[in-house]
Amino acid sequence: MAIKIKVEFLGGLDIISSSVREHKCSVPLEEGEATMKDLIEYVTKNIITDPKDIPVFIEDDTVRPGILVLINDTDWELEGMEDYVLESGDVFTFTSTLHGG
Amino acid sequence: MTDGQKPKILKVSALCQLCHARKAVMKRPKNSQKLCKECFYNVFETEIHNTITNAHLFAPGDKVAIGASGGKDSTVLASILKTLNERYNYGLELVLLSIDEGIKGYRDDSLATVKRNQVQYKMPLEIISYKDLYDWTMDEIVSCAGIRSSCTYCGVLRRQALDRGAAKLGINHVVTGHNADDMAETVLMNLLRGDVARLEKSCTILTQSSGSPIKRSKPFKYTYQKEIVLYAHYKKLDYFSTECTYAPEAFRGTARELLKSLEAVRPSCIMDIIYSGEHLVLAPKKKKVTTQYKNKKKIMEHQDDQSQEVEINADGSVVLKAKKKEELKDGNTCEKCGYLSSNKICKACMLLAGLEMNRPKVNIDNNVAVDGAAKLTKTLEQLSF
Repeated sequence: MAIKIKVEFLGGLDIISSSVREHKCSVPLEEGEATMKDLIEYVTKNIITDPKDIPVFIEDDTVRPGILVLINDTDWELEGMEDYVLESGDVFTFTSTLHGG
Repeated sequence: MTDGQKPKILKVSALCQLCHARKAVMKRPKNSQKLCKECFYNVFETEIHNTITNAHLFAPGDKVAIGASGGKDSTVLASILKTLNERYNYGLELVLLSIDEGIKGYRDDSLATVKRNQVQYKMPLEIISYKDLYDWTMDEIVSCAGIRSSCTYCGVLRRQALDRGAAKLGINHVVTGHNADDMAETVLMNLLRGDVARLEKSCTILTQSSGSPIKRSKPFKYTYQKEIVLYAHYKKLDYFSTECTYAPEAFRGTARELLKSLEAVRPSCIMDIIYSGEHLVLAPKKKKVTTQYKNKKKIMEHQDDQSQEVEINADGSVVLKAKKKEELKDGNTCEKCGYLSSNKICKACMLLAGLEMNRPKVNIDNNVAVDGAAKLTKTLEQLSF
């Protein structure tokens, strides 16, 4: 059973996915087992268009510092970060804070 | 738990640490406090209000220009100042002031955002363009001087353009959206460069060159970038987010990454760096006086009295005795443009004069390289065969 979720790239981060901001995905993993760590891997393998852009998103096997992660509009730091267990219908928002103001 | 949206049972630890009633949605980097949306708005706005009042930034009746780029910081700044001005009766007249550097595919898009903000916040908008002011767009400068030094040119020109824009509007106070992360980054950069003179000054909230009528202030000095982005996100503010098409200053980029990595380990470090920056005071330079030096000085003074000769360089220019007291003083004006300058010619005029010498004499028709040089390079980069 795949998990149906939504991934958003905001704050200019959509450059890593051919300027597409919203992605509806079916993650081919078991609900209740798959965690945020698996989602990050899924995103790098399936959503990032150019492998050259992976370091824009990932550093030391996790989301790069400076990218704000929200799970259903809640700071992922409150949701267990990489250990968060995915649920169908979840919305994951990645926002770059590194762009000029 | 009659939330209605999701019949989930919340743990006490998931509640807001201020109201203890709603679910926390964010963790403050400053103190690890977990807050709900409402409490976050409240704390965020109140802290900025406190920063403004503690530093006595504004007085009733002041006309203030908001340096607006359309990016997250200045958009949130405009929104917050409007909110606080109404809530606490600051009595301010707020105006949006934007600079059009002339960068195709970047600034034209972000200016469209500022124009929407003008309507959303009901504020007048003034746009000052490099082309009108200096007869150069950034695209032209880059095609002439190369991409490497783009930030140097742009920075010097923008500083002056903001001042001139404010003066044109009869305003003597410009607020900018520089946030705590920017401040810490600057402290770090000055530290790494050994630029102690700048280091000491880099953390002041209100700056003004002596003799200049224009003040500059940073109400977001203690505000984390993360909270600004969250505020813009939750309030659904309309902001523009694309990196400038020209290469960012390499050293600043590295300092930024270093800071972000440090923040991941110890979120309070941004505040701590600013605190350090504020409290660093340079020791007054001690003059070492030895008898040998004293004797030398006497001889030198003697020579100085006698020789009033002017040294002339090989290229015919005259050597200026730079350390004479009358020169290098704040409050002088540039001989060329009349703008405030510590030297005879201001930095902007000096850069422009250098450019003028290299300006292509003949303009080739359909020269795409000048218009939107950066956009073209980007398109070419993305081409694959």
